[in-house]
Amino acid sequence: MAKLNVNGKVVEVDVEDDTPLLWVLREHVGLTGTKYGCGVAQCGACTVHLDGVATRSCALPVSAVTEENRIVTIEGLGAETPHPVQQAWAELDVAQCGYCQVGMIMAASSLLTQNPNPSDDDIRAEITNICRCGTYPRVLAGVKLAAEIMSTSRG
Amino acid sequence: MTTHERTSAMRAAGRLSRRGFLAGAGAAAGAFSFGFSFPLPVRAATQAAAPEVNAWVVIQPDETVIIRIARAEMGQGSLTGLAQLVAEELDCDWDKVRFELVKPSENRRRERVWRDMSTGGSRAIRGSQEYVRTGGATARAMLVQAAAQGWGVPAAQCTVAKGVVTHQASGRSTTYGAVAAAANGIAPPTAVTLKDPKDWTIAGQPVKRLDTLDKLNGSLVYGMDISMPGMLVAIPKACPVHGGKLKSFDAAAVAKMRGVKHMLRVDDETVAVVADTFWRAKTALDALPVEWDNGPNANVSSETITEMLREGLTADTQFVGNRVGDAKAVLAGAGRVIEADYGFPYQNHAPMEVINATVRWTPERCEMWAPTQVAEAALDALASAAGLPVEACEVHVTRIGGSFGRRLTTEYVTMATRIAKEIPGTPVKMMWTREEDMVQGRFHPVTQCRLRGVLDADGNVEALHMRISGQSIMAYMRPSIMTANGDPVTFQGLLPGGAEMAIGYTIPNLLIDHAMRNPHIRPGAWRGVNLNQNAVYLECFIDEMAQAANTDPLVFRRKLMANHPKHLAVLEAAAKGIGWETTKPADGVHRGLAQVMGFGSYVAAAAEVSVTGGRLKIHRIVAATDPGYVVNPQQVEAQIAGSFVYGLSAMLYGECTVKDGRIVEENFDTYNVMRLDEMPEVEVITVPSGGFWGGVGEPTIAVAAPAVLNAVFAATGKRVRQLPLKNIDLGTS
Repeated sequence: MAKLNVNGKVVEVDVEDDTPLLWVLREHVGLTGTKYGCGVAQCGACTVHLDGVATRSCALPVSAVTEENRIVTIEGLGAETPHPVQQAWAELDVAQCGYCQVGMIMAASSLLTQNPNPSDDDIRAEITNICRCGTYPRVLAGVKLAAEIMSTSRG
Repeated sequence: MTTHERTSAMRAAGRLSRRGFLAGAGAAAGAFSFGFSFPLPVRAATQAAAPEVNAWVVIQPDETVIIRIARAEMGQGSLTGLAQLVAEELDCDWDKVRFELVKPSENRRRERVWRDMSTGGSRAIRGSQEYVRTGGATARAMLVQAAAQGWGVPAAQCTVAKGVVTHQASGRSTTYGAVAAAANGIAPPTAVTLKDPKDWTIAGQPVKRLDTLDKLNGSLVYGMDISMPGMLVAIPKACPVHGGKLKSFDAAAVAKMRGVKHMLRVDDETVAVVADTFWRAKTALDALPVEWDNGPNANVSSETITEMLREGLTADTQFVGNRVGDAKAVLAGAGRVIEADYGFPYQNHAPMEVINATVRWTPERCEMWAPTQVAEAALDALASAAGLPVEACEVHVTRIGGSFGRRLTTEYVTMATRIAKEIPGTPVKMMWTREEDMVQGRFHPVTQCRLRGVLDADGNVEALHMRISGQSIMAYMRPSIMTANGDPVTFQGLLPGGAEMAIGYTIPNLLIDHAMRNPHIRPGAWRGVNLNQNAVYLECFIDEMAQAANTDPLVFRRKLMANHPKHLAVLEAAAKGIGWETTKPADGVHRGLAQVMGFGSYVAAAAEVSVTGGRLKIHRIVAATDPGYVVNPQQVEAQIAGSFVYGLSAMLYGECTVKDGRIVEENFDTYNVMRLDEMPEVEVITVPSGGFWGGVGEPTIAVAAPAVLNAVFAATGKRVRQLPLKNIDLGTS
């Protein structure tokens, strides 16, 4: 049994300790926005926020997470109003197939929390998620637009 | 089952059964411009379905226009482009447009009113533009007729703008939503006149995609995300050596593991574990003792495959793709022959969404929810494996998390159905692990190429012999289209003429031939197909000949291209865009060019690179494309930039090697792909010249690699002839 704090709610799940957080979220909590891509923390499709930090959930055993850790998934990111990253992604039509984009959005939103005004080089270095459709140019533009939206809303 | 699990499963099941179509229904394209909030979660198709106007168009009383889409959407954006073409002829309000995916059973029932649903070869738009536009124009005529009949006036006196029909003379107007039900009873006109593309106002515009919003909040249900009450998960493992067999497995060894339900022999070569969750199925599969009979290919390696292909470089062959004059005779008598051998390794499609399919089988009925590029073939495969009449089967096509040609085959449909048939009444979601997906792919074929050329006294190409040796895709994938001599798809981009894949050079003595050598690794159609390696071979060697002639590569090509004005126009556009003849690149930066025709379009690229301490940096690529017509410029731009990522990933890293008969690379840690840090600036120039319809998804992939490789030569003096580049030392020597 594990207790997790997912999107602000505590949930209890009956899973083996070695179950990766990704599969707990997808199959036991029922949140399928977080994607399986590789299972070895290479592609980033499974990215969630763990205490605000972008974390690849496919290789993280659930036993490494406690009720004290705040897990935010894509379903929790813009639940009330769309996150500036989601707004920017919509504005620029960033997604192609979209499968990796939830992970991209989670990585980008985490980056902007740590670094509200990232340079191109910062974005290129920090966003290491794989997109096979090749959305990278718009991901780069999207992060910059999201930073602008955030700075405008901060006034 | 936890409460959460049950709740979410029920929610998903309700969603699936409630809708006739797996409908995506984003908000209007224009409604989420920056500054506006957009509605989350995305709403599903609204209201009860109104009667259709025709097969392509349904208009709801609230003016919502639902356009039906038969081709698969896997990220390439043709869903939106096709909707634009229908909406253009319909003269509806684009902001009211939604989409609905067609089911193959409906297409079958209605005698293929939506025509071909298969989605490959960059054909989604060019292959259906005429009939989808006709569908939109026909619906428009019926709606106008309905309005006119209501008023008792001639339809010819009515005009339409944004879904509002007006009769100027009497000052009356109505809306599509108000007359849609009446239009349903109107006989369609026997002929309609399509608009001249220069009059387009919806098509040709950079409108946003219709299918974006639910991708941004995690609510889009891909095949991988299907969930139903009582659903089980199956993970298969096939003999890692293609063509080998499953000898035995010890089911008892894992039978007591938590959640494990079944261990099944799926077919001659595949075992599967079925459990209540992915992780429990995978854990049991990893622990399951399995014995394989690896068969006759157990000793094959990349080295033996290369040997096999190299033998083909000089072997006799009768399979000629292009012959002009007598290249062999000129080569035999030439004083100086320029010669080089090139090679292109196996590639995996590696789409982000791995192979999956969810099937529920009962003795009376079989249904599947799955991503597929070939919905109708998938329905046939489902029925066949289910042992049921096709009328008793249903395929719900999900949107697709990338495909690039991988889901043109249906072997996974058969596999999922065989598994589900063992567990009647229970929905079973078959998911492959990434490792299984990498090992059991349908690989970009492996080829080697020997090029031999002769220059005349003026430095022009007098003769060229291009011998390709290697694997045929169609010999495995579609043997029915093989000709007596070989695989007609082999010579993409090298053919003497035609509207699809013609070479852009006039060479007085030319021979392009192929020696088919088929290793046991299963090939497939990989984005760009054979255009990829053919463009590398030809465009890099043309550069080698330009160098031998001591001539600028652009000037050298121009002399060969006088009879190929469309090929030349895009090359000139790319060269101009990068400043080939007008600006010097920055210090240490070098340029390369390439051009090709493929999938009905003319494409060229110009690249700028630098190589420092052996490390390649691709700074910038200018791409020029002539696809005839551009339906959505911003999506064309996205496709071109994306194709470069795919093509450059293969050039830089892509290589599936073979050892002991099996593919070695099992995941992205060993099959690396390009990431954001390596992405060059991409500038897209479209020069649509009209009069033909070319594809967009694939052609440009083929010019990225040769343009960069030619620039690498300019930077280092090194010719990279065997890909991928990761194996080559670019350090100064």
